[in-house]
Amino acid sequence: MKKLLLGLSFSAAIATSFTHAAGRDSISIVGSSTVFPFSKVVAERFGKTTNFKSPTVESTGTGGGFKEFCKGLGVNHPDISNASRRIKQSELDMCKANGVADVIEVLIGYDGIVLANSVKAKQVKLSRKDIFLALAKKVPNPDGSKTLVDNPYKTWKDVNPSLPASKIEVLGPPTTSGTRDAFVELAMEGGCKKVDWIGALKDSDKGRFKEICHILREDGAFIEAGENDNLIVQKLDANPNALGIFGFSFLDQNADKVQASSIDGSDPTFDTIADGSYPVSRPLYFYVKKGHMEVIPGIKEYLAEFTSEKAWGDEGYLTDKGMIPLAKEKRNQIAKNVKDAVVLKSL
Amino acid sequence: MNNSDSMSVAERVEKNLAKRYRAEKRFRIFGMISVSIGIIALIGLFTQIISNGAGAFFQTYVKLDITFDADELGISDPTDPDQLMIGNYDGIVRDALRERFPSVTKRREKRDLYSLVSIGASYRLQSDLRQNPQLLGTTQTLWVLADDDVDVYFKSREDEPFIGRLNDLQVEWIESLAKSNELKTKFNTIFFTSGDSAEPEQAGILGALLGSLLTLLVTLLLSFPIGVAAAIYLEEYAKSNKFTDFIEVNINNLAAVPSVIFGLLGLAIFLNFFNMPRSIPLVGGFVLTLMTLPTIIISSRAAIKAVPPSIRQAALGMGASKMQMILHHVLPLALPGMLTGAIIGMAQALGETAPLLMIGMVAFIVELPGSVADPATVLPVQIFLWADSPERAFTERTSAAIMVLLAFLITMNTFAIWLRKKLERRW
Repeated sequence: MKKLLLGLSFSAAIATSFTHAAGRDSISIVGSSTVFPFSKVVAERFGKTTNFKSPTVESTGTGGGFKEFCKGLGVNHPDISNASRRIKQSELDMCKANGVADVIEVLIGYDGIVLANSVKAKQVKLSRKDIFLALAKKVPNPDGSKTLVDNPYKTWKDVNPSLPASKIEVLGPPTTSGTRDAFVELAMEGGCKKVDWIGALKDSDKGRFKEICHILREDGAFIEAGENDNLIVQKLDANPNALGIFGFSFLDQNADKVQASSIDGSDPTFDTIADGSYPVSRPLYFYVKKGHMEVIPGIKEYLAEFTSEKAWGDEGYLTDKGMIPLAKEKRNQIAKNVKDAVVLKSL
Repeated sequence: MNNSDSMSVAERVEKNLAKRYRAEKRFRIFGMISVSIGIIALIGLFTQIISNGAGAFFQTYVKLDITFDADELGISDPTDPDQLMIGNYDGIVRDALRERFPSVTKRREKRDLYSLVSIGASYRLQSDLRQNPQLLGTTQTLWVLADDDVDVYFKSREDEPFIGRLNDLQVEWIESLAKSNELKTKFNTIFFTSGDSAEPEQAGILGALLGSLLTLLVTLLLSFPIGVAAAIYLEEYAKSNKFTDFIEVNINNLAAVPSVIFGLLGLAIFLNFFNMPRSIPLVGGFVLTLMTLPTIIISSRAAIKAVPPSIRQAALGMGASKMQMILHHVLPLALPGMLTGAIIGMAQALGETAPLLMIGMVAFIVELPGSVADPATVLPVQIFLWADSPERAFTERTSAAIMVLLAFLITMNTFAIWLRKKLERRW
């Protein structure tokens, strides 16, 4: 019995030592898998060039990151959350409700989403409207009336006579992916708006507008190929007729296997994404708890490293990893805000 | 039976004999086919992994004449750690590159040139200088780490060169370095001695290996004693009634619960309730203990059941107490079987990623974990993270990491088999 009591008190001691857990001396980062590679590089360089430990970076997805991030203040909760979209009002409210009142928002750059096929086939020139018509579950009636029909298109030529007569076959990420969200929002919605009467719905009936624009077809033309972008690249290599959806950095690294389709007349390159002429690109952010800056060592220095020219500048090491930098004035502005720890007031 | 008029028993057997032999032969062939399918699949898997991953064990280095110039480095006193920390090591590497290719003058081209050498070169110069302050002011001919793009190109150069992100000029430079033997591959010690990195050429498996080791240690230390004690109680002491039946059914069901559920449980109990930190092997071990317990309990019970009752009766008959009977006779005889169960459980735990996702062990961690309370990741997670990375050089490292995982597993199993052989007792 004595031994049992001893054991119990020992395990209780372990448990309480963690409740105090003043021990965390490294930054904890969670969030988007798109920002993950960029966050990794900064974390590593930061750890190797300062006396602080390298931050721990988790790839939880944007939504999952905010969930952990907004759970509360204290060393058991992450300090920074990466995001491949802006924080939502509901997430900000959740943060506030849990005592995470002061959050610093940092816009870091852009990422392009590309549609690509194997280099063994010809490059495809698409418009956002083509993408919408080819991939939406319901499309406007081809006879011109303001009704919707189940997507009847089988080949790209059916969608637009100038496109090749190959079967519509697009590999893309599943609904849990931020890339999918951004693709739907930017490419599908962008093309959807081009149909006048649906575009008009955006103001009058937002729910219906989203229902039309955001739902991808489920009859086999769009194939959910998993979160792994490398896998999509491999599948494209094996099947020259298929197109795939993935992030720009994977295009950059696999230029020998896949080529990007141009969208609305613009090829995805560093420059077209940075100046906004390539339409399917999205901003990347991270969010910092101001309340942690005094508690966890190194947060200020990490932010300084991330917002330094050698990291996120036009020729910084983040661009080597495929991040598209912001304009110079914007960078200076944000770097200054970060330095002064300006808190996000409202969206 | 009086139908013997048509055929005697011997005749009937005789008639069927050929058919029965044929059936027997078919049956044996089916078995052989199954085994060969397994072997072919295994060979296919292994050749695939080994041919993909063999390249990762070698790493390309560039020969450069590096001058440790005090002004360029901005270091006046090489024994001052603060100065050493912020020294401009990139600068001296760049100087060396410019010296090797003096024709490069344009800004853009210079940038392309600098990208041939890994950032790891700078870290290495820093540690060289720290260990050996006399280097300041001297010029050394050093083999420094090449960038991953150079590495992939140089290794594939013989048959089908992989150009990737390199431009024509960079390829030209690499070719010129290669021709004058200023590029060579060396055994990739970095891979076995460092933690994860965002740059493939600096990424190592040791961090994940230690993480797996620490996590499994926690798992084994908790799950084996608890599992064996539970099995002994259920087999030897518990009365068979509705309640024990209920427990038994539940243990069997738990063995089939998807592992991610245990992760959710771990998140709720250990992280949210006990406020333990994220990403540490201790919590990982707790979660995997929950997962492996049912496996160990079930196999331990089977092992205890297999001990002949005569041994128990003999022990009791000689005046042993029940505890003595269990500790002196049943447990030693059942131990080999229990160990088999424990090894199956451990092997399963070694390969898990899903439950660890929830408690933050699917993470990028550069530093090597020193204790169970340091942030760490595990081998299968490392494989997953590398497989998911865009850089081409991570492809071969992914396969190499799989080999390390397999080697770990084989070592673990060999140890267990050896232990079992040693403990085995015949009766």
